[in-house]
Amino acid sequence: MSQQPYRHAAENPSPHDHNDKKNITEKNATDYWRANLRLLATLLVVWFTVSFGCGILLVDWLDQFTFFGFKLGFWFAQQGAIYVFVALIFIYAWRIQIIERQFGVDDDAEEESL
Amino acid sequence: MSTQLLTYLFVGASFALYIGIAIWSRAGSTKDFYVAGGGVNPVVNGMATAADWMSAASFISMAGIISFMGRDGSVYLLGWTGGYVLLALLLAPYLRKFGRFTVPDFIGERYYSKTARIVAVICLIFVSFTYVAGQMRGVGIVFSRFLEVDVETGVIIGMAVVFMYAVLGGMKGITYTQVAQYCVLIFAYMVPAIFISIMITGNPIPQLGFGAEVADGSGISVLEKLDTVLIDLGFGAYTEGSKSTIDVFAITAALMFGTAGLPHVLVRFFTVPKVSDARKSAGYALAFIAILYTTAPAVASFARLNLVDTVHNTSYEQAPQWFSNWENTGLVEWQDKNNDAVMQYSAGIDNEVTIDRDIIVLANPEIADLPGWVIALVAAGGVAAALSTAAGLLLVISSSVSHDLLKQTLMPAITEKQELLFARIAAAVAVCIAGLFGIYPPAFVAQVVAFAFGLAAASLFPTIVMGIFSKRINKQGAIAGMLSGLIFTFFYILYFKFVSPQLNNAEHWWLGISPEGIGFIGMLLNIGVAFVVSHLSPPPPAEVQDLVDGIRIPSGAAVAHSH
Repeated sequence: MSQQPYRHAAENPSPHDHNDKKNITEKNATDYWRANLRLLATLLVVWFTVSFGCGILLVDWLDQFTFFGFKLGFWFAQQGAIYVFVALIFIYAWRIQIIERQFGVDDDAEEESL
Repeated sequence: MSTQLLTYLFVGASFALYIGIAIWSRAGSTKDFYVAGGGVNPVVNGMATAADWMSAASFISMAGIISFMGRDGSVYLLGWTGGYVLLALLLAPYLRKFGRFTVPDFIGERYYSKTARIVAVICLIFVSFTYVAGQMRGVGIVFSRFLEVDVETGVIIGMAVVFMYAVLGGMKGITYTQVAQYCVLIFAYMVPAIFISIMITGNPIPQLGFGAEVADGSGISVLEKLDTVLIDLGFGAYTEGSKSTIDVFAITAALMFGTAGLPHVLVRFFTVPKVSDARKSAGYALAFIAILYTTAPAVASFARLNLVDTVHNTSYEQAPQWFSNWENTGLVEWQDKNNDAVMQYSAGIDNEVTIDRDIIVLANPEIADLPGWVIALVAAGGVAAALSTAAGLLLVISSSVSHDLLKQTLMPAITEKQELLFARIAAAVAVCIAGLFGIYPPAFVAQVVAFAFGLAAASLFPTIVMGIFSKRINKQGAIAGMLSGLIFTFFYILYFKFVSPQLNNAEHWWLGISPEGIGFIGMLLNIGVAFVVSHLSPPPPAEVQDLVDGIRIPSGAAVAHSH
């Protein structure tokens, strides 16, 4: 996937306003996107591992272990993966907001939820 | 009070509530009608999304399917929840930032092409109508069993209610009725689940009872007992699968990517105020969905065990009350093959009991000997699940007709007022078509469900994701990709489901992948074709690349314009 620099007519990036929230610099936008892609890659590896990994590909092998009365592979396929999915979304929402603030691209100042 | 009267009361009260909400939340502008004004709280939107998503199939059929498929049923559990992770991580925040009204809007603008928009509209309408037919059918089944009215009358009443709030209120009316419908359906699902869990295991939490020991003092767990009992009767073990790993993988993937590409779910994330709300909202939606989806497999195992216990080797004279109640509807049947007046249930040819999978949820309260009000509640819950999904689907159909087809393509000169009127007319027409599907269900309804997910996975999902994460994919690539994914998936399903159904088995499938899972291959094909074609043709214009840059940055969503 190609990485083109962020340009916008209204913004004339100067090297001294990196932390100015109103002016998103080209560099901040690119760095933010890189950090976002890294976070996404990590979370999607977990997503794949618990569902396709533990619930499908490794299910028979994991079934030799017992977990709260379940065969472990069966538990992942019918319970565990779903709990991890919910956690993943909230972890993403939380982590990405920290990254956004760091690069000054957050939407904190925008209209609050009604 | 009789169960019958209670059911009328519960269903009637829930209808009055939905109509009341519809009148309170009328839509005044196209923005209200398409995206509820764009000011919905993320938790509220999450709840509405959950009701939108959980259809008659989730509420009525899913536990039953798992009950009879055992571990293979996991494809639905994983597929229909895992897609939300993709939605929250790869789609929802960016579509919200884009800030328009419909999914074809995004595809049309990002790929600067009316053709791309029209291809997206066609996919959307096909997927949504396939889906809506099933919902109307669900309404009919609930009405005919619980209210003892004709399926036709049931469908017409259901249509009238949906008509009221979808046509009047648009997305605004739908959002707030869906919140009410979520509450009704989850309560209706959990109450019998908790009681049956207590009955079988003594544990009131179904998710824990699922792994617990059977409360008969034997000290063996529910799943062990189920495995033993089913093997004795000649079935496969409940906790082992019979499908091939590659097929389970492909079906799960097709359902996941399809879920993330379903337009009626995607459009819900256009309704929250800002980008960070879209992400949180997807999290709340999945949390609300997970309550039902982690309960369903537990209910499935309890019900199967209970079914075998109460039916197998019981003399017909002493058959439980629910058995004869449901015999009238034809959903359970007993045929005394060996003339001993005793019901034998097994996997072999001497099996005497035929059980429809929908029984598992619908008859659960009766099987667990629960009072009449619980049965009435399940009826109201089933109707809520079907109506909430039907309304969401009808809305995306009507907005893609009035907005994408008329305003953006055929009649750009119409005013906002006229567009809103067309949206209402389109919704009204769609309700009527959906009703006809419910009354005269095409024989192929069950067969075409694979279409809805397969086509969404092969066409909409990859095209949107590539539009966000790559700036190099251009108009030519996107159109070629969508069409090849779509055509490949369509003909594969058509061939095995309609042209040569006798060949529909693992021996003849390509790579051992069933028509249910082929959408995954269609998606890979779409991505491959889009990539190659895009690199052989010029990159998208600079303003489209700027659009992509803008979508990637969360700040500034409030200034996103409506046109």
